[in-house]
Amino acid sequence: MNALRIIEPGFGVTVQDLGRPRTQHLGIPVSGVLDPVALHLANALVGNAADRAALEIRLAGPTLEVGSPTVRLALAGTRTPLEVSGAGTVPAHRSVRLRRGQRVRIGPLADSGSAVLAVEGGFDLPAVAGSLSTCVRARIGGLAGRALVAGDALALRVADPAPRGECRLPVDTYLDETGPVRVVPGPQRDAFTGAAFDLFLATAWQVTHDADRMGIRLEGPVLEHRCGHDIVSDGIVTGSVQVPGTGRPIILLADHQTTGGYPKIATVISADIARLGRLRPGDSVRFEAVSIEDAQAARATQRDWLEETAASLEPAGAWLDRDALYRENLISGVV
Amino acid sequence: MVGQEPDREFTPVFLPAGDTGLVVQYGDTVDAAVNRQVRGLAAAVTGLDLPGVVDLVPTLRSLLVHYDPLVVSHAELVRAITPLALRRHTTGLSGRRWRIPVCYEDDCAPDLPLVAELAGLDPAEVVRRHTATEFEVFMMGFLPGFPYLGMLPKEFDLPRRSNPRIRVPPGSISVAARQTTVYTLASPGGWHLIGRTPVRFYDPGREHPILVRAGDLVMFEPVPMARYRELNAWPEGHEIRPEDGR
Repeated sequence: MNALRIIEPGFGVTVQDLGRPRTQHLGIPVSGVLDPVALHLANALVGNAADRAALEIRLAGPTLEVGSPTVRLALAGTRTPLEVSGAGTVPAHRSVRLRRGQRVRIGPLADSGSAVLAVEGGFDLPAVAGSLSTCVRARIGGLAGRALVAGDALALRVADPAPRGECRLPVDTYLDETGPVRVVPGPQRDAFTGAAFDLFLATAWQVTHDADRMGIRLEGPVLEHRCGHDIVSDGIVTGSVQVPGTGRPIILLADHQTTGGYPKIATVISADIARLGRLRPGDSVRFEAVSIEDAQAARATQRDWLEETAASLEPAGAWLDRDALYRENLISGVV
Repeated sequence: MVGQEPDREFTPVFLPAGDTGLVVQYGDTVDAAVNRQVRGLAAAVTGLDLPGVVDLVPTLRSLLVHYDPLVVSHAELVRAITPLALRRHTTGLSGRRWRIPVCYEDDCAPDLPLVAELAGLDPAEVVRRHTATEFEVFMMGFLPGFPYLGMLPKEFDLPRRSNPRIRVPPGSISVAARQTTVYTLASPGGWHLIGRTPVRFYDPGREHPILVRAGDLVMFEPVPMARYRELNAWPEGHEIRPEDGR
């Protein structure tokens, strides 16, 4: 089997695409990548369709070994480089073609809460409800419905991608967005006092360590409910900001429950979901209220930017495979 | 309150869940009529086959319309759905009916004595009333394949446990707030456990992992512990098929 073999699993590394938005009425979480912008860019770099399933890395990355003639990879959503055994580092946002037996390691992510590693052609895994996304809680998708472990082999759909010029993303400043995260107030804006809503927007919230693929708990002042913190359970979207009895908000992410009984003070707009995926414990986050029309326009702008960016990748200079160079005596022979 | 404010009960309020969700909400009352309104609306909106609508999640008193903002806008959806939301819907049934075996004994029913005490009944009468009710699946949520079923008689309007359990075993049948549920996976839980079923309401290894859907009808049938153990011993639990529900 042509595969990527998992030597070290990292922590919480899962196969993800854009998830299962159409089976929420059965109680199945959407899942999918925390950072859909990174998925789009990583796929573009290796020549895939934008929604092809890839590996999502949170915290510490894995060490992988190429178990096929070659494989083409690219990492996005972080500036952490790929470390290729005995051959130095390859920057993120750049495609690279590796040979059988080469190992690639992704160290702890220093600058992002998640990152995406795409391979040309993607993985040969069974789809569940139209998606390869892993949902560990529901035990579906990815490899046996779980995070990767040492010894796993991810079957590749393309065993030997054609040699071609590699490419890179000319600018990666999308990682530097620092403005407030935009929200549309509600659906339960009325469950909070006016002062609580103002405080929600005025506060620099801190991301706690209680952050996973289901959601991020924020630390800051207590937001007061107008009349209790229980509502009749209703539906949840990715980006819902719910406020339980503690008065501290929780932003719900890809693996959120499909329904819930806490009031939701606001909802992060779809164009800013990717930024939530990059938040790390200790980061500070502010919110800004926008209209639904502005939210929709922001999403269209993001789509246009992604399509233009994916269509205008730059050729990347040859990556120096030092092993190969030594073998061919090209370095030691140069004066 | 039912009957006193009929207009408010069935007057839709449209709420935004960001730019990807539209909530159509009917008051705050939890009852079968309001929930049928929601399920009936879901069926009617499905019939419109609106471009950009991704999924429809009916809950107790509101419908969440998940949509793709690159295809359709909040305002367009409100415009398209309003005439249907103003109409009265009284059915919302799927046409599927289930008979589910449940063991109401010993370890399977740790909270049965407490529920009996709170409801002012003896335990056998709690079981009799729980198995005499034909439930409608009001909504799915919380866990994959997890149904909220209603309504139990008034004496079952119980608060949740003040101290939720860390781990409720899968298959547990619980009650609170005149509703009953089936835990589909091991999970924390705050409702009272009065029985356990050998039927797997969620099995990721099955071709169709989810057993029931909103609008299905469910009746529970008491089985003795020995029968429960026998049915539960199958690796995939007790296999079951729906009957025609109309």
